[in-house]
Amino acid sequence: MGAYFSEIFYGLKSLAIGLGVTFKEFFKPVVTVPYPYKTIKMTERYRGHIELIENEEGEPKCVSCGMCQRACPSGCISLASKSVEYEVEVKGEMKTKKKKVLTKYDLNFTTCSLCGQCVESCNFGAVTFSKDYNLASSRKEDFHFDLLKRLKERNS
Amino acid sequence: MSGPIHIRPDETFTLNVGPQHPATHGVLRVKMEMDGEYIVKAETVLGYIHRMHELMGENRTYPQVLPNLSRLDYLGALGYTHGHVLVIERAAGIEVPERAEYIRAITVELNRIASHLFWFGAFVMDLGGFTPLMYAIQDREHILDLLEAVTGSRLTYCYYRFGGLYNDVDDDFIAATKAVIPMLRKSLKKYDALVTGNIIFMKRLEGIGPISAEMCRKYGATGPVARGAGIDFDVRKNEPYSVYPEFDFDVPVYHECDSLARYKVRMDEMEQSLRIIEQGIEKLPDGPIMPKKKPKLIKPPKGDYYQAVETARGSFGIRIVSDGTKNAYRFKLRSPTYSNMSLFDEACEGMMIMDALAMMGSLDLVIPEIDR
Repeated sequence: MGAYFSEIFYGLKSLAIGLGVTFKEFFKPVVTVPYPYKTIKMTERYRGHIELIENEEGEPKCVSCGMCQRACPSGCISLASKSVEYEVEVKGEMKTKKKKVLTKYDLNFTTCSLCGQCVESCNFGAVTFSKDYNLASSRKEDFHFDLLKRLKERNS
Repeated sequence: MSGPIHIRPDETFTLNVGPQHPATHGVLRVKMEMDGEYIVKAETVLGYIHRMHELMGENRTYPQVLPNLSRLDYLGALGYTHGHVLVIERAAGIEVPERAEYIRAITVELNRIASHLFWFGAFVMDLGGFTPLMYAIQDREHILDLLEAVTGSRLTYCYYRFGGLYNDVDDDFIAATKAVIPMLRKSLKKYDALVTGNIIFMKRLEGIGPISAEMCRKYGATGPVARGAGIDFDVRKNEPYSVYPEFDFDVPVYHECDSLARYKVRMDEMEQSLRIIEQGIEKLPDGPIMPKKKPKLIKPPKGDYYQAVETARGSFGIRIVSDGTKNAYRFKLRSPTYSNMSLFDEACEGMMIMDALAMMGSLDLVIPEIDR
């Protein structure tokens, strides 16, 4: 009989303690953010989808060596380039040299796993992570990014 | 149909729990043969999100598999990537700087607490209490913010590299971690008052869902499930790896074999993880995070390599058979939840369905890790 009443007493006490804990929470500040109206700034190292970096002339730093393409585990990067001849002055003489110019840099973000292998494998520091995270869409095509176009839009 | 359905007293019916059921926390299906409220026989059906991670590990080069490991268990991902980098480092003979190992231990333990916190919330929600989930997620958010600032992602980390880390931690991280530890200690006390002492909670779990030590041995259950059955086994203590021998921590073991014992093991483990983090921050040495000499192309010599690590869910083993090329010949993952879940069929026979689902919650199942 005594055990029965002590159990009831313990039960009521434990419920009162629990209510006390939840009651205290009433007076604590709100920790959530009303998302579409207010957003949180992403941290320095946040990994969004990749983005090309430009050099001083506003052209992409990329030399289209294709290292990122080979390093990617999911094969979501595809790039193309063309050879362009240009003249450069070496010791007072004009010489024609060839260089590769990036013509296409497509990212298929639907299969990207944001591992960062492409950024790490780049020897020229031409690729970085963006801070973009508002990427909701109902169409698959919206996640096929033309990074070259994005770079031009950013510059203009 | 008109009129009530008449069931003969000896007749049983089949109940499908899942593949889409909130109690299974994912796409797990349990086929239960029921006699009224009692389970006569249960059969777990797997494979709804099988993604062939093992085959991917054989088709891709070693660094390309790195992101796969964090997709196994999305709640405690760092523990799994830790095992992967450890086995490749041993196979390829890469020396890891001490600072990198310490940072790995700190981040793994932070991730373990985050995982246990989420489990705590989800488990109490399975039993019908919604409020603790909100508190647990709020605390977990602090840890995820810490890890995001360092690793760049919130759940599916790809932070460890063969030989070291992707990038170093800064003073902000150390200061923020130091601030989070007392806050979490306070929260653990709050959970104790709110949940552990609660009479309804205790009545639901005490003596319910027995999993004996023999059953754990039979099915190979590890982690908190085995420790709740009185088996004192923790890979960090029994087969030490990384810098864990340097830390002073206890392995909580309970002998009651019921759901409450498994709950208590996890709650105590969080405190132990906090202790490890404290010591890790204190001992954190200066130095590089990547070795000076690292092979450009990782090609482990021919051989068979195995490494077990203690993740939030139990002992995770990874076996790699190398044939000397840049791809693994065999890439085998031994996931703890698979073994922990296997004993569910036997353990839940004769139990009431509500108790069986409470026991399933106490097993801490993460389905992508079972199917992998």
